[in-house]
Amino acid sequence: MSTFILLLLTGLGLAGLYYLVASGLSLVFGLADVLNFAHGLFLSVGAYATWWAATNLPGAGSEGLGFVLAVVFGVVAGAVIASIVELVLIRPLYRRTIAQVLVTVGLSLAGVALLQAIWGADPRPFPRPAWASRVTMIGGAAVPNSSLLLAVSAAMVLAGLLAFLRFTRVGLVIRAGVEDRSMVTALGIDVRKAFTLVFAIGGAAAALAGILAGVQFSVVSPGQGTSLLIFGFIVVVIGGMGSVTGTAWAAAAVGLLQQFVNYYASGLGDICVVALLAVVLLVRPQGLAGVAGGAHA
Amino acid sequence: MSTELVTPEQAAHQDQRWRARWWPVVRRFLPVGVLVLLAAVPYTNLRIPVLFDRPLNAPGTLHLIAICLVFGGLALSYDLMFGRTGMLSFGHALYFAAGGYGTAILLAQTTWPLWTVALVAVVGATVLAAVLGSVALRTKGIAFAMVTLAFAQIGAIAASRNPGRLTGGEEGLSLDGRRLPEALVGVVNTVNLYWLALAFVALVAFVVHRIDDAPAGRVLAAVRDDDRRVDVLGLSPYRYRLLAFVIAGALAAIGGVVYVLLIGGANPGLTASDLTLSLLVMVVLGGPGTRWGPLAGGVVFAYLDHRLTAVGTSDVVERLPGVLSGPLSEPLFILGTVFILAVYFFPGGLAGLAQRLRGPGLRGARWLRGRGLRASGRTPS
Repeated sequence: MSTFILLLLTGLGLAGLYYLVASGLSLVFGLADVLNFAHGLFLSVGAYATWWAATNLPGAGSEGLGFVLAVVFGVVAGAVIASIVELVLIRPLYRRTIAQVLVTVGLSLAGVALLQAIWGADPRPFPRPAWASRVTMIGGAAVPNSSLLLAVSAAMVLAGLLAFLRFTRVGLVIRAGVEDRSMVTALGIDVRKAFTLVFAIGGAAAALAGILAGVQFSVVSPGQGTSLLIFGFIVVVIGGMGSVTGTAWAAAAVGLLQQFVNYYASGLGDICVVALLAVVLLVRPQGLAGVAGGAHA
Repeated sequence: MSTELVTPEQAAHQDQRWRARWWPVVRRFLPVGVLVLLAAVPYTNLRIPVLFDRPLNAPGTLHLIAICLVFGGLALSYDLMFGRTGMLSFGHALYFAAGGYGTAILLAQTTWPLWTVALVAVVGATVLAAVLGSVALRTKGIAFAMVTLAFAQIGAIAASRNPGRLTGGEEGLSLDGRRLPEALVGVVNTVNLYWLALAFVALVAFVVHRIDDAPAGRVLAAVRDDDRRVDVLGLSPYRYRLLAFVIAGALAAIGGVVYVLLIGGANPGLTASDLTLSLLVMVVLGGPGTRWGPLAGGVVFAYLDHRLTAVGTSDVVERLPGVLSGPLSEPLFILGTVFILAVYFFPGGLAGLAQRLRGPGLRGARWLRGRGLRASGRTPS
């Protein structure tokens, strides 16, 4: 039983990490039709910004409020970089999907290489509060605090995102834009302003994912974001592109499946996740929450 | 009274006539000429000062050219899908790796001669491409890209996890020299590997260009431009996409065999998603959908990737301030930046540049511009 609880909670932690990566990807894809390969870069930017802030920013550190400050710095850095990328690189290529993909591919290659040039290819020890490396006893299982932190953060981001989309005017515009962009434009609303915002939100969530991945793995390396990104993509496709709740369900399914299968057969979990993707695509090509014949087609 | 002078219009006209008459001939035989020249490279000790440090027939130079050629061929095989059929695959490295790893594993586990091993590896990789392709092609556009990426990721995981001690894990699997024919072992025989790489490029170019000129090639282009129309005309876009996917996979697998022989082993780098992304960069830099652009892009990319590493550690760059020397020592930083600039300013790539110098009509540029929302993965309503 304790094994089950342990796997369940660490699996939810993993799901939280995937959700944080995928939520931004999914929103950006749903609204702006951009498949963002540079999203992995936002993860690394967040992680490195926090790592940098913990030692160099006055008041920030690896414990308590200092760590919170460092995390906030990293999240803001992710949001800022993401907005800049949208404004400078993506916007001029509006409606040229493949060219946008290509630019983000180039950006991810160049960005990771740049991080590597500045801080080296080797993983750096990530500053994490002492309590994050301890465990909490839940139902007889020793659950790592970092997993709980991931799951709780992801749940908070999910709740915040849902509230934002439901109760604010901008959220309404974004929801309507995902549904039918040309109609929103026809009503005289400039959807493109929402693009930048969605990129910033996605960048912030990705940065948070990068930081928490740093806490989880206790190291930060330039390529970390890219390897997480692939699972982010899988979650986005399974969840139905553009759906916030669909992405959450898919993240939970992928995280739990991977954790449980990997416990019984190491390495097989990743393969099962891809098999799940294949099955979902064959049965429901539009994803779990997607609507067949979506308004964009 | 007429003068003997030729007016500019007449000259232009004559030039045009000359071109109309001789261009097809040149176009037809130029590649053969280049091939013969390249095949003869090992017989010269010419020095090309900036490009290569040593004479052309030095083993090091031949080895570098051979690697560039393999990537050129690989990029052209990728373009059969990307530029010619309009499929954005992020998993092409998988079939390259399948050919390479297949060869390395079979050489280590069996006593078959190399040629049997290579044949089995290529056939196996082709079957793999057919199976995975038939699943992945149920989706289109962006979803297809992600599915192929996920499949390739499995390959990467399998290669680095070392199942059953087959793949050698992170270290990779080096080839046992005793299991190879003597003609392919040792520095002295680099020249044979070079010819092998050249033969691979010639094969890819031959196959891809034959498809271009055949009716099937026109269907592929039609699938790229408007697959619903192809469907209405009674041809199955799915089948043609699968055809392109499988042929490209088979060619990549052959490339994998040659590459593994060339570098003397298989390593997880073959399976990395970075490799597929690099292929995309090569094709776009070269000019997607053009005759020779992807090949040129692959050769130039591989060359720069190799040489920029050397430049990055050279004195000139080391002496620059840290802000500059750091990024400049990373080839991928430079190539990635060049790539982004190319997408904005030279959408036709190298081939587009060459054509722009010759005259109007940018095939590659039009190609990229034409890819609008239709490429998105949603099912049509």
